[in-house]
Amino acid sequence: MLAYTMKRLMAGVITVWFIATATFVAMHMVPGDPLMNDKAVTAEIRKNLEIKYGLDKPVGEQYLIFMGNMLQGDFGISFTQQNRRVNDIIRDHFPVSATLGVLALFFATIGGVVWGALTAVYRNRLPDIIIMFMVILGISVPSFVFAALGQLLLVNINSALGFSLVPVAGWGTISHMLMPSLVLGLSTMALLTRLMRSSMLEVINEDYIKTAKAKGLSPLRIFFKHQLRNAILPVITILGPQIAAITTGGFVVELVFAIPGLGRYFVQAVQQLDYTVIMGTTVFFGAFLVLMVILVDILYGFIDPRVRLQ
Amino acid sequence: MRSCLAAILLCLPCLGMAQTEVTSADFASQTITIALNQEPPQLNGMKATDQVSIFTLGHVMEGLTRYDRRGNIVPGVAERWEVTDTEATFWLRKNARWSDGSAVTADDFITAWQNVLKPATASEYAFILYPLLHGEAINKGELDPAELGVKALDEHTLHIRFERPTGYFEKLVAFVTYFPVKGEFLAAKGSRYGADATDLLYNGPFMITDWVHSASLHMVKNTHYWDRENITLNAINADYITADTRARLNLFIDGKIVHTSLDGETYKDALAQKLRIRRFTTGSVFYLEYNFRAGRVTNNINLRRAIQHVFDPDEMVNKVLATPGNLPGKSLFPVWLNGKTDKFRQEYRPQEASLDLVLAREYLEKARIELGVEQIPPLVLLVGDSPTAAKQAEYMQGVLKAKLGLDLKIDVQTFKQRLAKMTAGDFDIVAAGWGPDFDDVMTFGDLFTSWNMNNRGRYSNPEYDKWVRIAMNSADVTVRMDAMGKLQQILFDDAVILPQYEQGVIYLMHPNLRGVVRRVVGADPDFTHAQVLEKGD
Repeated sequence: MLAYTMKRLMAGVITVWFIATATFVAMHMVPGDPLMNDKAVTAEIRKNLEIKYGLDKPVGEQYLIFMGNMLQGDFGISFTQQNRRVNDIIRDHFPVSATLGVLALFFATIGGVVWGALTAVYRNRLPDIIIMFMVILGISVPSFVFAALGQLLLVNINSALGFSLVPVAGWGTISHMLMPSLVLGLSTMALLTRLMRSSMLEVINEDYIKTAKAKGLSPLRIFFKHQLRNAILPVITILGPQIAAITTGGFVVELVFAIPGLGRYFVQAVQQLDYTVIMGTTVFFGAFLVLMVILVDILYGFIDPRVRLQ
Repeated sequence: MRSCLAAILLCLPCLGMAQTEVTSADFASQTITIALNQEPPQLNGMKATDQVSIFTLGHVMEGLTRYDRRGNIVPGVAERWEVTDTEATFWLRKNARWSDGSAVTADDFITAWQNVLKPATASEYAFILYPLLHGEAINKGELDPAELGVKALDEHTLHIRFERPTGYFEKLVAFVTYFPVKGEFLAAKGSRYGADATDLLYNGPFMITDWVHSASLHMVKNTHYWDRENITLNAINADYITADTRARLNLFIDGKIVHTSLDGETYKDALAQKLRIRRFTTGSVFYLEYNFRAGRVTNNINLRRAIQHVFDPDEMVNKVLATPGNLPGKSLFPVWLNGKTDKFRQEYRPQEASLDLVLAREYLEKARIELGVEQIPPLVLLVGDSPTAAKQAEYMQGVLKAKLGLDLKIDVQTFKQRLAKMTAGDFDIVAAGWGPDFDDVMTFGDLFTSWNMNNRGRYSNPEYDKWVRIAMNSADVTVRMDAMGKLQQILFDDAVILPQYEQGVIYLMHPNLRGVVRRVVGADPDFTHAQVLEKGD
């Protein structure tokens, strides 16, 4: 097990290095100039800016400097927020995205597993049809629509009540997090429902379920002990990447609900060609994703004894 | 488990209600809540260039002078001043204080200005200090910052020598790049200066008490401010930071913020909600700029004249932009600029091209012969990626095709890519705009000089340069305005640009709030002298 983990971790490090290099190359190939702004600056000021950000050096040297600093865990200073270190930006804003993401995942997993199991049990009957219709909506409607609709719903509820029951935007209390995390979790919930449904359908027809039934076990016991536990494996597989995706921030949800998360920095950095923030957030996101996938692999061993044996 | 969930659900409304006790404009505490478009990229006045930073700094800092509610220059840190062609003296008030209680001195201005010009600071707005003697040479690294032509005669008297006459200097010093910085404080903070609420010392009407990046920024009345008796608001809380106009409209309707701008979409919703919509002209001018580089067909005067005679700015404003507040573009110089005694545009009326299809086609034919082509090749119009930009580009495409049979290729680019193409000259026509840095005709006038880096089409005309130099080297208002009048005429005669519109914004403001000033330069909106009434109209 230890050797397996070490091997996975080594592969992870190489993956992150590859992500960093690919991003660095792609970023420098994008046309446009990070130091250019609405108002043109004189050649002297331009030169000073290049020196400040190390852009006066050849790209190869810039890459080596970046890699060296990255190994020491330093991503440099942001181009747009000139006094802030990229490390500080990640440190300040990742916890916000993560909090929101964990709550969203909580909604998504509970919802996904319960709805998915229900549709399988009531296969081709009314509850299945209704839930699957909602699932298709959840997958195909983009989050900015849900975000806007969710916020509008809050505005209407508040104005009907005459006071603010749940705040329409902002950050701070649990009540601020409800609607955005629900919106953020919707598509994952839909995805998980579908996955859970198909894997549940497979399990239901297995011989061991028939055996369990024949033994005279109660339906609830069969459901929880035999069906759910076996059906949940594929869900856990995609949960790893989903955790990484959701907890590193949803750009649209953060924008609409005025949430100070990392997702906004991630997208705006690309629009602004903010080299250091692009590199910092991408490498961070990449490393986090790789780590989650490895964690899920290890977790597998605990849930499914068959994996442990190999 | 179930009872636990129920308890949580029951508690949620309480959490919500605790939040709403203070309304967005609270009379008793004189507190307002606002939303910012974006996080201020930084609050180091020596380097700030963007709207949000200038808005925030305008409330917490003060220069030698400031603008009053009508846009006139009034004393700020300086009590009085004298400006001549070669020098200026500012007498600072003795009761001007930093938020730590220490006095604002002449040295604080010298520290700030030397730092702005120091090459290592790499301030993008350093050029605005070039009127100071040796300013440009210091910025180029040719002279030591100590050589700057600024001297403290005593603690409260600042003496300035000019590189060239600067008739609008009293307006320049109201701008953020000219704000003072306390030397010891700057030295102590180093590169952290302006990065957080505690990394800044304030000398303005308000001070920042609390700044959570991307989440909130709280300002309270500065008890050390010399004119504190005339500041009514106790706190300005920016509790929301989002660029989403719909989210901000929702916050406004929910009573959470006192002000929001509207766009084409949210405007309709605000109308449907019967909210009182106000309008304001931002002072920025938008125009199409031609490429004058050799080999470009747009270098041909007759082609540009042909376009000039088929474009109708009124139609652009009324039918294409179609939100209230915008004015048709008639000149590079917008309507709000001051002239000799009246508005510049009243004293120097811009010539307007007649809408004349026959004349336009004659010009086009001339252009075709001069260029020696069968047919004018398709023109490339470079535009940004906003929905408004797309609408305008498609309108131009339609007009030129229908009236002149000209093909226009629209090249949509994101912000940085568009700038790169503009700088490289990779366009025939580019949709551009200009916002004022200070309240003087020169902020627009020198745009199309051969040496201006923002002259992206590389228009070059010795006559144009000559009149700008004349205006630059004189402090006489008549000489300067006459020169600007000439520039306006040259821009028309040469069809250097095709003015499209003067930008307007439409916005909502809490009815109980009074004394908010909208400005074309400096902090906008300006809440400095606002007050919350018990009841609005």
